[in-house]
Amino acid sequence: MAILEVNHIEKHFGNTEVLQDVSFSLEEGKALAIIGSSGSGKTTLLRCLNFLEVPDGGTISVKGEVLFDAARANKGRDAELRKKRLHFGMVFQAFHLFPQYTALQNVTLAKELLAKEQPDYKSRKNEILAEINEQGKDLLLQMGLEDRMEHYPHQLSGGQQQRVAIARALALKPDILCFDEPTSALDPELTGEVLRVIRELAEQKTTMIIVTHEMAFARDVADQIIFMDGGVIVEQGDARQVIEAPREERTRQFLTRYTQG
Amino acid sequence: MFWTVTKSLLSGLGTTFEIFILTLLFALPLGLLVGFCSMSKWKPLKYLTEVLVWIVRGTPLMLQLIIIFYGPGLWLGHNIWNGGEKGRITATVVAFVINYACYFSVIFRGGIEGVPVGQREAGQVLGMTKSQIFFKVTLLQMIKRVVPPMSNEVITLVKDTAIARIIAAYELTFAGYSFMKSAGITWPLFYTGVFYLIFVGILTLLFHFIERKLDYFR
Repeated sequence: MAILEVNHIEKHFGNTEVLQDVSFSLEEGKALAIIGSSGSGKTTLLRCLNFLEVPDGGTISVKGEVLFDAARANKGRDAELRKKRLHFGMVFQAFHLFPQYTALQNVTLAKELLAKEQPDYKSRKNEILAEINEQGKDLLLQMGLEDRMEHYPHQLSGGQQQRVAIARALALKPDILCFDEPTSALDPELTGEVLRVIRELAEQKTTMIIVTHEMAFARDVADQIIFMDGGVIVEQGDARQVIEAPREERTRQFLTRYTQG
Repeated sequence: MFWTVTKSLLSGLGTTFEIFILTLLFALPLGLLVGFCSMSKWKPLKYLTEVLVWIVRGTPLMLQLIIIFYGPGLWLGHNIWNGGEKGRITATVVAFVINYACYFSVIFRGGIEGVPVGQREAGQVLGMTKSQIFFKVTLLQMIKRVVPPMSNEVITLVKDTAIARIIAAYELTFAGYSFMKSAGITWPLFYTGVFYLIFVGILTLLFHFIERKLDYFR
């Protein structure tokens, strides 16, 4: 069964239709890449999944549980909304690391705050915090940042910052990890180190949705690709097929423009 | 003579310091409140606040002080400020608090709006509550943004206290000036300047210290 099911999502800002009847599903352990030109609605779709935008129509379900249903206008309370958000992790284009915390603190902060809600927090406080700290170090190690843990974001390169942001999102063990153009703010020579990390996550069967402009990367790493244009899904299918043998004319045009650069 | 002047100036400094501290004490929280009002999503409150800030920042503090001190007496027929030095200082502090709260509100607003939206969104997707996002993520970034313009305002406030002289509050400038009037000597005026310089010098060091403390992040 699919871990994520998105059905008939609609979103408009004023009179502009940003998303129209967007539906797709994603199996556990698979990676989905969303491609398309700027303004096609890719980022808005990710923001809807993370509840940073409220869709005007449609449903979003994770593991069979309906998290969002526009028909039931669930203006969830803050606490409920927070719980729902935790199904998803989000890596932003511009990193958005917290500047006043070290790399390690960035990774552990949210987890520490969440741990305070555990019933046994008071009695096991030191133990819990030590655990969180260890987990944070492990994640940064996995990102190849073992010698950067105590650095502040401004002391890190863009690629390093983005890897910290990935570790920060992973720390809460989301069911689905979302990337919003994770390399678009990076110099070409720093893009590789971030893509390598995402590739490793794919190999470890992390369920992921990646909005990207890196076509070759999408083809090699993703299992599935969605091509969006003008707020609708024009084509979706097997990654290799969509990139190498697109069925739709509009997909072909987009890809040609891309390869011609 | 030197000791007489010093004693008088110290007494004037006491009043200056009183106006300074009380103004900060009340204008800082009031400024935050006015700042929030000016960012309100409820338009009438937002516009009302903006008009208030425009009037207060658009007219001389000295004029505001004169109106606040003399106005009630002339309109109501009796002076609400109590006669004597206490009443003058109270009126001065009221005028200064209103004036400085409006200036502070603009600074606070800039500080709050200057923290990128992405910071709040990053907190949201990490499951933080609104108050956790404010206290753990945005507050310190806001303070860092607010310190440099704030140090400007605070230093200006030190010298603005001299405006209280217009309603004959016996503050530092008045104290120095009185010797020129009574004894025809000018050196107490320069001596008065030294008092201000030391006062501002200490504040400058304090703000440098705070800025250095917050220098570890960008």
